[in-house]
Amino acid sequence: MSFDEIYNIALMQGFAGLSLFAVLLLMGLGLAIIFGQMGVINMAHGEFMTIGAYTIFLLSSLTESYAPGLIQAYFPFAIVCAFLVAFAFGWLAEWALIRHLYKRPLDTLLATWGLSLGMQQAFRTIIGPKEVSPTLPDWLMGSWSPAEGLDIPINGMFVLGLTIVVTGGVLLALYKSRWGLRVRATVANRSMANAIGINTTRTDRVTFAIGCGIAGVAGAAFTTIGSTGPTSGSLYIVDAFLVVTFGGAASLWGTVVSAFGIAQTQSISEFFLSGSMAKVLTLLLIVTILMLRPQGLFASKVRR
Amino acid sequence: MSDKHLPSSSRRTFMLGAAALPLALAISRMGHAAALPTAQVNTTGLAVTDTEVVVGQLHSATGTMAISETGSIQAEQLAIDQINAMGGILGRKIRVIKEDGASDWPTFAEKSRKLLVNDKVATVFGCWTSASRKAVLPIFEKENGLLYYPTFYEGLEQSKNVIYTGQEATQQILYGLDWAKKEKGAQKVFLVGSDYIWPRTSMKIARKHIENFQGGKVVGEEYYPLGNTNFNSLINKIKIAKPDCIFAAVVGGSNVAFYKQLKAAGITGAKQFLLTLSVTEDEMLGIGGENFEGFYSSMKYFQSLDNENNKAFVEAFKKAYGPKSVIGDVTQAAYLGPWLWKAAVEKAGSFDVDKVVAASPGIELPTAPEGYVKIHENHHLYSKARIAQGQADGTFKVVAESPELIVPDPFPKGYQ
Amino acid sequence: MDAIKTWLGRSGLASIAILAVLLLVVFPLAMDTFRLNLVGKYLTYGFVAIGLVMLWGYGGVLSLGQGVFFGLGGYAMAMFLKLEASDPESTKIQSTPGIPDFMDWNQLTELPLWWEPFNSFGFTLFAVVAVPVLLAFIISYAMFKRRVGGVYFAIITQAVALILTVLIIGQQGYTGGVNGMTDLKTLMGWDIRTDEAKTLLYFLTAALLLGAILLCRWIQLSKLGTLLLAMRDKEDRVRFSGYDVSMFKVFAFCLAAALSAIGGAMFTLQVGFMSPSFVGIVPSIEMVIFAAVGGRMSLVGAVYGALLVNFGKTYFSETFPDLWLFLMAALFIGVVMAFPNGLAGLYESHVKPWLARRKQAPAPGGTGGEPPSASAAPAAPTVPHTTTSAAVPTAGIGAKVSSQSA
Repeated sequence: MSFDEIYNIALMQGFAGLSLFAVLLLMGLGLAIIFGQMGVINMAHGEFMTIGAYTIFLLSSLTESYAPGLIQAYFPFAIVCAFLVAFAFGWLAEWALIRHLYKRPLDTLLATWGLSLGMQQAFRTIIGPKEVSPTLPDWLMGSWSPAEGLDIPINGMFVLGLTIVVTGGVLLALYKSRWGLRVRATVANRSMANAIGINTTRTDRVTFAIGCGIAGVAGAAFTTIGSTGPTSGSLYIVDAFLVVTFGGAASLWGTVVSAFGIAQTQSISEFFLSGSMAKVLTLLLIVTILMLRPQGLFASKVRR
Repeated sequence: MSDKHLPSSSRRTFMLGAAALPLALAISRMGHAAALPTAQVNTTGLAVTDTEVVVGQLHSATGTMAISETGSIQAEQLAIDQINAMGGILGRKIRVIKEDGASDWPTFAEKSRKLLVNDKVATVFGCWTSASRKAVLPIFEKENGLLYYPTFYEGLEQSKNVIYTGQEATQQILYGLDWAKKEKGAQKVFLVGSDYIWPRTSMKIARKHIENFQGGKVVGEEYYPLGNTNFNSLINKIKIAKPDCIFAAVVGGSNVAFYKQLKAAGITGAKQFLLTLSVTEDEMLGIGGENFEGFYSSMKYFQSLDNENNKAFVEAFKKAYGPKSVIGDVTQAAYLGPWLWKAAVEKAGSFDVDKVVAASPGIELPTAPEGYVKIHENHHLYSKARIAQGQADGTFKVVAESPELIVPDPFPKGYQ
Repeated sequence: MDAIKTWLGRSGLASIAILAVLLLVVFPLAMDTFRLNLVGKYLTYGFVAIGLVMLWGYGGVLSLGQGVFFGLGGYAMAMFLKLEASDPESTKIQSTPGIPDFMDWNQLTELPLWWEPFNSFGFTLFAVVAVPVLLAFIISYAMFKRRVGGVYFAIITQAVALILTVLIIGQQGYTGGVNGMTDLKTLMGWDIRTDEAKTLLYFLTAALLLGAILLCRWIQLSKLGTLLLAMRDKEDRVRFSGYDVSMFKVFAFCLAAALSAIGGAMFTLQVGFMSPSFVGIVPSIEMVIFAAVGGRMSLVGAVYGALLVNFGKTYFSETFPDLWLFLMAALFIGVVMAFPNGLAGLYESHVKPWLARRKQAPAPGGTGGEPPSASAAPAAPTVPHTTTSAAVPTAGIGAKVSSQSA
């Protein structure tokens, strides 16, 4: 094997790690907001991702039948829609379910578990039990090949770009906007926040809905690399929780760093070991580190 | 009330037309069939009356496997509707009790006991994964039930109480590999599968065949956990190994991710030869034709098969389940179940499991959509193997077909 | 006399007796072998549920990995049974007769060394409990010493469940992979597939379960139980009083693990196989739901919860094959929203006051100082136990403990 080839493989393997990082971060981000900031254990996170994926599917079908000329352009618009739809359902779920349970965080787990069961069955009843495949625009498919033997996946770059934009947006919103200020105040001290005139009920609802909306965006983005079916979301849920917990629940930066660490570990070990053993190794590493450093990589400074 | 019946009866009339060929086969037997008294055709206390016979259907309608098993549920129901429309079996209409295995093996075991012990069904059409079959097998053997199992599977099993209507591993693999060597010059093969028994056993057989009988070389063998959605590292390993042929048995949600990521990494049908054991028309729905274009699949049945039986079957299926519905290999194998059972019951002149089992070997079905099948002594089917190429619109184009029916061999010598 | 009655009420023996009558007399008389065997299977989940009552309701620690221990116990038993089922005579068509069939399929030519001890029934019984407890100890000791609590612990146990599932499925030559260990036939020559065997195993399971409930009740009434409750409500105060809080939690976790493992072993015996689908995250969460539906503070309630949810699952899926998941979802959400303390909580807050009113109306006074809870289920606090904020006043520990024994 020539030096060139080794160089190319190394580059592609590096990108494989990066794109897994983007996937993990994007799926963890919505959860980091809901679980990290609000303490709600949302087991239906995967199903909100599925809502996003199905939004893409529905819009692509509509575009195909009514405006085939726009098939190259609908995708960015569809991602925005995925956010809005998931946001709306998140809003609804918070209003109907979650707001009654803030004082009992572990019960949110059970209630959202029930919610996820119901949502999966709803997908099955409404859209059908089989998988679907949204038609993606041509520019999202295939690879970018700057040199012979070097192929960088375009969908990987797209997910990576989207992740950067969404993460940047969330960080900006959380640390620079009024909403972010209110969220942080509520997380730090709910009753005090209430006392100084922050409408914590409303803050909670918006926060939860935004978390769900981001899950929707993640689900939408994953239609380019994964499957779309009633149970697709459940493939991601455990990984998402691990990313958030490993990072230190209340810290968004922690989530970023932990997604990067997990992605690199898994991607590199997959390259040298078998797929199953790589998964076991990665998980063992996470559990061991969490045992030694239970607060996660980035401890929150909130007093409990 | 009578208004409600209109659509279904009109559907029945149609199916009668679609089932004209099976009808021709069975019509000679119908004369004496209806005359047999229940005491004679049912000596073991099964749920058989003078007018009806109860059968069970046990698949996952919910959970992760519902994606795959829905097609089998539909095909079995279609076959049963058609049989009922032409007068049923031994003059008795078939009534189906549906149970949901919920993609959970213990639930399969519980429900199969319920069907056999409580409902006393005459036979069961069901199961999809090997794990669910393994979970119910001891129960069928203990309660002396009868199961028609539709999926292509790893072999290494033969039970008195099961009729396997899908291919065992050698029927699916060997012809495909021989074809790959002859037509595509495949010498260096990369094996990749999901991490459980069917892919591992299939790959074991493939490796033995490649190394011992073909003089080829296996340049990689990789397994990924079920549900894995990230294959970029694997793809880089494939790029290093530069195989002539990727031989794949990835299943479920992983399957979709695998092909989408292959395409994104520049490995397309135009540049790389890939042969898979796990992509049928059903999987194609999720993968999307554009991601599988140019790759090859080894099955015994494809929806595009050009014969009269299949045209009637496809038409009836689409009539019943919508013009967009598709039929994969397992769906067709599931469709055979009720017909094979009907033929065996009529040959035996009885619903008793022992008599039906004894009558089964040698049963022929010239009306099968896949062409012609026959039950072997070992309860598997003689069937042909076919290779088809995926097209951009999500259909398959059949490019090769084994000249003879392949003898089923669940315990292949030299491949253990 | 009064003292005995008070003790009866306090210990909840009456409700345990009712459960015993139900399990040992009513069910066997009312059901055929098939349904009874189903109930027997559900009862094995009851072991996990009462373990969760001790761990979650009393210890305040939620584990989402109880399936791991259920599975380990079940697998230990399955290994013994599988070895017995794989004698050279019945496996003679294999390339290597005398080893389990799945090993043969995976080209193993001899029994792995760590399988050897499972030829002994004594060792198997020991391993059923010891292996899960050891794992539980390792996990919990490391974490509780570092004061990991609540949600973190739950997520880490989830990761453990995931690791074990991937391992079992990946190492199929040694474990049977995704199929699990199937086709188990006899226990030391005794055919466990016959109706008589199933009935006997049902009674054994029910008896063991009742024994486990009594044991847990005894622990609850001892000083240890009081401490667990106190810890749940104000951990720091217990620590400042000089107790090693972490070791109590480790104990509760190991106890729950041991109970789950016994349940798993009984499951294997009754159902005749063990599969990795019990080890994963989904079954682990379902097991928590059994405890939540029954009432996380009530041992007897947890058993009813396991029975009810599983009956519901079976009944709904048989009767409404297309709707049953909606009904299950509604059940879970409904219980959490409307009855945070489950069935037992419902009984405490509605049925018991009503009974007491009825009793008082015709014969005020009665035999004297009989407490209204004389025939009560183990008492569950009617207020949801919020561990947050300043909801618990200074006398928190005392208040909670007394509400427990009231």
